Amino acid sequence: MSETDVRPETQLDGPSIQITGLNKWFGAFHVLRDIDLEVAQGERIVVCGPSGSGKSTLIRCINRLEEHQEGMIIVDGVHLTNDLKQIDAVRSEVGMVFQSFNLFPHLTVLENCTLAPIWVRNQPKAEAEAAAMEYLERVKIPEQANKFPGQLSGGQQQRVAIARSLCMRPKIMLFDEPTSALDPEMIKEVLDVMVDLAESGMTMLVVTHEMGFASQVADRVIFMDEGQIVEQNSPQEFFNNPQSDRTKLFLSQILSH
Amino acid sequence: MTQAFFRQKDQMLGERPPPASTVGIVGWLRTNLFSNWINSLLTILSLYILWSSVPSLIEWAFLEAQLSGEDRFSCSEGAACWAWLDQRIGQFLYGLYPSKETWRIDIAFVLLFPALAPWLIENIPGKTWLRRFSFIYPFIAAWLLVGGWFGILDSVTTNNLGGFALNLTVGLAGIVLSLPVGILLALGRQSRLPLIRWFSVIFIETVRGVPLITLLFVSNIILPIFLPPDVALDAVIRVIIMVSAFASAYMAEVIRGGLQAIPKGQYEAAAAMGLSYWQSMRLIILPQALKISIPGIVNTFIGLFKDTTLVIVIGLFDILGIANAMVSNPDWLGLSSETYVFVALFFFAVCFSMSRYSIRLERKLDTDKR
Repeated sequence: MSETDVRPETQLDGPSIQITGLNKWFGAFHVLRDIDLEVAQGERIVVCGPSGSGKSTLIRCINRLEEHQEGMIIVDGVHLTNDLKQIDAVRSEVGMVFQSFNLFPHLTVLENCTLAPIWVRNQPKAEAEAAAMEYLERVKIPEQANKFPGQLSGGQQQRVAIARSLCMRPKIMLFDEPTSALDPEMIKEVLDVMVDLAESGMTMLVVTHEMGFASQVADRVIFMDEGQIVEQNSPQEFFNNPQSDRTKLFLSQILSH
Repeated sequence: MTQAFFRQKDQMLGERPPPASTVGIVGWLRTNLFSNWINSLLTILSLYILWSSVPSLIEWAFLEAQLSGEDRFSCSEGAACWAWLDQRIGQFLYGLYPSKETWRIDIAFVLLFPALAPWLIENIPGKTWLRRFSFIYPFIAAWLLVGGWFGILDSVTTNNLGGFALNLTVGLAGIVLSLPVGILLALGRQSRLPLIRWFSVIFIETVRGVPLITLLFVSNIILPIFLPPDVALDAVIRVIIMVSAFASAYMAEVIRGGLQAIPKGQYEAAAAMGLSYWQSMRLIILPQALKISIPGIVNTFIGLFKDTTLVIVIGLFDILGIANAMVSNPDWLGLSSETYVFVALFFFAVCFSMSRYSIRLERKLDTDKR
């Protein structure tokens, strides 16, 4: 494992994301319970846990796709409140990749990538297109630029979704189970792009069950269950020496076959 | 025991053409007309009905028909009488509009095409200029039809506007107004702001819940309440407002259906990229929702266009009103088949064009498949 270890040194000047005492309810259901989490700049965190454990909800709170009821979330120095300006400020700095890709089917790949830079960042079209082509090259599909999403495979669509987020030059990338909707043959091409991104020093929060990815690139693995953080540790310690019974059970279930 | 089997790459099967009986004219006939004995029977029966009815219809409508004459007495029985066309075509097209001024309607009609073209045809030269023209077109058309401003054209009271020109005026104005209003109502109905939501719901349910004919009747009483007391609203304007309001209530529900078909992930992706509400609606949600709603939107347009015949209840003479008047005229009594067939053809031509155009548009916008 050590020769494929790609972790660059994490720079530690002020936290990128700071979450304290976060609580959230869906109606009467208490989804997130007293979450405290600090993410350093350039840090790569993998969040795992059984379904319904609140891991997706946690990262969706970071760009305010979900509203929280208690606690404090500070992203890149911006305090997330009901203030729409603050929310927009955070969203333009935080990229997100979804399980179901969520590409815009009526726009070409290139238009998907240039939309937000043009309308949110007010970039000139030519500049936005040049940047988009660069990122499409980085995810290795520049030749698909003028196709529509419906003409691409799942793996290709997810790589376009990553390029689309990168076009906004975000400081933080959130990944919400990016490979769960993919055929086994396509998972690797997406993970390769994510590894490449991790090597470049991007701050990343990744909800995934790809434990190989976690041990290869993560600085920290967080295990959640029933809306709380049950265990967090370096990947080595997490996989080889899990502390809580709940973690041991989870690992035995996902690694047994 | 399992029989082992494998193919190397050079042994993979190549493509073969389909069997000859499934392609070409023979294949088409087989799959579409004679696929089984029921279909074959129906095909033969249909051919027989066509063979026995079409020739006599053509004979009635064209071959034996009387094309000119002073009144119905110059026509023989058992064949169509088109003599009235020659005499009355002006009324069918322009209503009671002064005959020396009808050229104004003709010009307004001709200018309609450059005004519509930039919205209907994608690659048209001078698109930006044509679009600008289409924004001033309603004012040009209104001036041509009503006249009066600056004294250049004689003014004509809109009560004289009639015939197919009236159907087109009300229909087009209704179509152009009801789409944007319908979109706003559909968005309003989904708004998080209670005031906007309630207004939209109340408007949609009230307007949709009553017959258009009653709306037209009460427009005489209701609309003046919202206007300053000394403003008397023109009858045609009143009809346009009511027809547009009525159609936009239907439109709102059609578009709401389209909005609900858009996956939640599209809203989330747009929000996560930092697009504002109006940006995500305009750039992401509405283009997809409207595409899905095209059949319903065109359905509403067609309904609206045919509903323009209801103007008869407030004393305007559209093409159907003119037809009714002519059929009850002693000179032309008893010619209802010819007259109503003629009127129906006008409506069919417009509605069928809308339908065909919308199908073409749907195909063009279908980016989900290659």
